[in-house]
Amino acid sequence: MYGAKDIESRTGRARQPAALSDAALKRLFLWPTLGLLIAFNLFPLLYSLYLSFTDYSAISSRAPQWIGLQNYRDILNDGQLWIYFRNTGKYVVLSVAFETLVGFGMALLLRRKFFGSGIITTLILIPMMCSPVVVGLFWKMMYNPGYGIFNYLLGFPAGRGPDWLSSPKLALWAVVIVDVWMWAPYVMLLCLAGLSAIPDYLYEAAEIDRAGPLYTFWRITLPQVAPLLLIAVLFRTIEAFKTFDLVMGLTGGGPGDTTELVAVDLYRLAFLGQFNTGKSSALAYIVLVIITGVSNIYVRYLNKLKEG
Amino acid sequence: MADVTLQSITKRFGKITALDDVSFSIHDGEFFVLLGPSGAGKTTTLRVIAGLEHQDAGTVTFDGTSAESLTTPERDVAFVFQQYSLYPTMSVYDNLAFPLRAPGRRIAEDEIKRRVGEAAEKLRINHLLERKTARLSGGEMQRVSIGRAIVRDPRIFLMDEPLSNLDFKLREALRVELKHLQKTRASTTLFVTHDQIEALTMADRIGVLDHGRVVQIGTPYDIYDRPATTFVAQLVGSPRINLLGAARAEGSVRVPDSPIAFSLNGLSGALPREFTLGVRPEDVQPQPDGPFAGTVALIEPLGVETLVYIKAGAQTLVSTVPGMSRLQIGNEVRFGIARERLHYFGVDGVRVGAR
Repeated sequence: MYGAKDIESRTGRARQPAALSDAALKRLFLWPTLGLLIAFNLFPLLYSLYLSFTDYSAISSRAPQWIGLQNYRDILNDGQLWIYFRNTGKYVVLSVAFETLVGFGMALLLRRKFFGSGIITTLILIPMMCSPVVVGLFWKMMYNPGYGIFNYLLGFPAGRGPDWLSSPKLALWAVVIVDVWMWAPYVMLLCLAGLSAIPDYLYEAAEIDRAGPLYTFWRITLPQVAPLLLIAVLFRTIEAFKTFDLVMGLTGGGPGDTTELVAVDLYRLAFLGQFNTGKSSALAYIVLVIITGVSNIYVRYLNKLKEG
Repeated sequence: MADVTLQSITKRFGKITALDDVSFSIHDGEFFVLLGPSGAGKTTTLRVIAGLEHQDAGTVTFDGTSAESLTTPERDVAFVFQQYSLYPTMSVYDNLAFPLRAPGRRIAEDEIKRRVGEAAEKLRINHLLERKTARLSGGEMQRVSIGRAIVRDPRIFLMDEPLSNLDFKLREALRVELKHLQKTRASTTLFVTHDQIEALTMADRIGVLDHGRVVQIGTPYDIYDRPATTFVAQLVGSPRINLLGAARAEGSVRVPDSPIAFSLNGLSGALPREFTLGVRPEDVQPQPDGPFAGTVALIEPLGVETLVYIKAGAQTLVSTVPGMSRLQIGNEVRFGIARERLHYFGVDGVRVGAR
């Protein structure tokens, strides 16, 4: 008995002596990928872990000096950073919550096909495809209290509306609004996929069983969409936690430090002033641990949903 | 439970007419079976009664009042779907409790528990109550689906080929259970099937549907013994009825190209010159002194009975002989036909009012 592999290798060897063997081909594909991964992911990950325990600046010629947990101690004792964390938490909760509500709502409206529903769906998806920096700049103009269209649409007479980006109370909300505008379509897209997978006969069965629309929504629609909705929420949470570009484009962290998110501060720490590489590595690791922790909670819940 | 009447229901899907002037009524407590090949409009009929589909013409009435303005929930019917339609995220218990928990019902949780338990007991699925529906076999799913219908007291049970996705053994078992359930509860049931055996065994009355039209309505005896058309005659009965082209000449009947011929003593003159003769296989019997001669073309022993294909002239007739037959292929046989049980159909396929 010959296996398929035997025959392959025999004919291969007989007819094309110069051809690459399967094993060689495998190596050819594998090594460059592995090399890139090690060079650009694994090495920086480990090196920054090492740096987080040192006093080091990327622009100084001094070699990293081991200082143990000092960087972490500094960060966790820094009252200012705790404010940034609180800002970030508030920002993440608000934007993810509104994105979920708006996105799911739009998905419910667009699930039934009607005239023009295809083009409307496409138009809604456009914000998602824009660069966050460009979006930030555009919205900065739209928020402008003098000539911006945002206040005009809200019905304020020219020049009388609030200055969204320089009001300490409104600035974080302004960033949240832009994030929701940009990413609610993403939640909608995933929800639409989930909704279209629900078979019609379930709704017919529910109608026969005399369930009302609200009961049907809670007992059939929501549980069926839940896994995909949760994935959308997970991705958005991770992304929102790392928000940097939008804030830089809109407020630059101001007014005061009301929109200073952790990722923004991380950037300042690492690349502005004295390039505090050691401390910023430590902060990056703290963010990594938090995001990993939150993601794990989601994933565990997701698995529980899927099992059920 | 209620009387349900359909009056001249017509339903079109685009250019296709699914139901064409369908009228019949189901009496309170009756087991009514709609029988027909696929595409005959059986499922559409159920969906129109349930209000899942709206008819283009005609009316559905419950106990004499029109259901026109009633929504599906208001019609209060139970539907057992062919594809089970269980709620996938819920346990068996929650599936069964779903119709009882729907808002506006206000049934106490221990009453729900009692009724779900009762239904589960009847269908022998108590051991599955905690199980998620994805982990059930086809038979178990269909039991749950039936259970979801019987936990409440609807006006009518609508069942859309509930047994057709099950294997043979299970189908037989559930058939008996369903009939028993229907009789003990005296529930009004409209059961749809393409399987003539299900129809004959379960029905109080059968309605035969073909291309969206009602062809015949009657008891299983009517349908089998007095089929209204050749279509009904062929649909019901296994093996199929023998249909032979025949001609009448001077008081006798003759089947061309075969030795089969007999006098028409006492038969009304309503018989046309050309017609189709229907002979059920059990009415063709090999007899040593039978009036006709033929040869055995094929033998199919089934245990309880044997199918004997008798070639007589250019015609081949199927005969069912009780038990295992001793006949062999190629044997010369003489056979008789039960004259009083013959069926006569005109060239258009409609039964001639004669016996």
